[in-house]
Amino acid sequence: MEILEGHDLTMVFGGLAALTSVDIKIEEGEILSVIGPNGAGKTTLFNLLTGVYSPTSGKIYFKKKEIKNLKPYQITKLGIARTFQNIRLFGEMSVLDNVIIGQHCRTKTGIFGAILRTPSVKKEEASVNEKAMDILKFVGLEKVYNEKAKNLPYGKQRRLEMARALATDPELILLDEPAAGMNPFETNELIELIGKINEMGKTILLIEHDMKLVMGISKRIMVLDYGKKIADGPPEEIKNDERVIKAYLGESSRREGRAC
Amino acid sequence: MINSILAVSLNLITGYTGQLSLGHATFMGLGAYAATLFTLKLHFPFLAALIAGALVAAFFGFIIGVPTLRLKGDYLAIATLGFGEITKNILMNLKITGGPMGLRGIPKVTNVYIAAVALFLVIFSLNRIMNSRVGKSFIAIREDELAAEAMGINTTQFKILAFIIGAFYAGLAGGLYAFLFRYINPKDFGFMKSIEILCMVVLGGMGNTYGAVLGAFIITILPELLRSVSPVIAQYRMVFYGLLLVIMMIVRPQGIMSAQALEKKKYKSSLEKGGL
Repeated sequence: MEILEGHDLTMVFGGLAALTSVDIKIEEGEILSVIGPNGAGKTTLFNLLTGVYSPTSGKIYFKKKEIKNLKPYQITKLGIARTFQNIRLFGEMSVLDNVIIGQHCRTKTGIFGAILRTPSVKKEEASVNEKAMDILKFVGLEKVYNEKAKNLPYGKQRRLEMARALATDPELILLDEPAAGMNPFETNELIELIGKINEMGKTILLIEHDMKLVMGISKRIMVLDYGKKIADGPPEEIKNDERVIKAYLGESSRREGRAC
Repeated sequence: MINSILAVSLNLITGYTGQLSLGHATFMGLGAYAATLFTLKLHFPFLAALIAGALVAAFFGFIIGVPTLRLKGDYLAIATLGFGEITKNILMNLKITGGPMGLRGIPKVTNVYIAAVALFLVIFSLNRIMNSRVGKSFIAIREDELAAEAMGINTTQFKILAFIIGAFYAGLAGGLYAFLFRYINPKDFGFMKSIEILCMVVLGGMGNTYGAVLGAFIITILPELLRSVSPVIAQYRMVFYGLLLVIMMIVRPQGIMSAQALEKKKYKSSLEKGGL
């Protein structure tokens, strides 16, 4: 069954079409990668799916429910979480607090509860702390829970972003270049982690340039170029697709210098 | 101590939630006028008038917050500035508020003990808020608004909430002020007062409640000290404020107490209590 469907998505900024009638379908439980040269519209696609932008035209359904005009926080509540290409952690907050914030939409303590600290509030706090610690253990960050997020090394910051996304209890996770800037060792750890998240029953949509990662874990790959979908299929098929090779390696001088 | 409450309440909006407001004295003034009018016209007892004044300020915090908090950074600062001036002019021209003459004949109730209790209650409740889901959301909005929204935080709603709470406390401080000086006048709550409150917060350390208290004490006591040294220096106290802030910005931009120094310690102990 499709968990997410986008029909005929078009996004125009001023006179520039960042995306032109792109269709996207994600099956429940699969790992789908979106690849394409820089500026192909991958992150724009993510921003449409998570409500940061509203598409110029087209429709988006999450579990058969139209989500096109919802705000990002409402979409998160429905069960879509994301990470950011340029890490956007809450730098001055502790690692643990970052994950606690992730649980925001699953908890409900209000201002009066906070001041009075009723038993139910204390109970919620304890369970939130416990769950946050469990998630940190899952991604292997439990030892640095009290560090400020901005003081973590880069690879750990990336993993904290994933932990924070997991904390929102999503069914679908969108990862925007999770391996960017990682060394091969860290990338291998990441592949393992993404696999584990997928085994938990979470559907994963991934933007990535690291071909080893993409080919290694994707069940399906979708290729964008100049805002258009040029291919969609299993990794072996994509590897040998002529249009994809053209988009990446170029066929003439026009595309030279865009190789990845 | 009244100044401390003001500084602490602005610190919630500017230091923790990251929304620069240049009209904080407005809420203080609204609280002061409301508390006074409730007493003089409706004969409310002191405590009821104080709370009613704070509620009126909170209500206006909501009214002002809804349109302005859609703006960001500089624009928000200018909009709050504008609202402050509008309010001042309305107070100056209404009959019920006594126009530019202000209101007099307020009973003197506030004393140092009442102010201390009020400050304690404000800090106590604020600490609880900041350690809760609500307070963490405020800080998340300051750190990265887009990421906060992606984590499921309704950022507009929480910014307005911070504004309302801050306005409530400022209104409380205004009420205390009215019952201390027995005379209020629209000019007491103008732009200069807003800037003074902001100075306290910046001096003490943005995002640190105790820093804000310290900043308020320094800014309140310093002119008095200078006056006792030499009356000439006292005349130039605004120059000293300016100089002090410039030096602070260069030497220690995070304020006397930085935002996290205390938080981290507190955090650790709360976790150990929680058995993690």
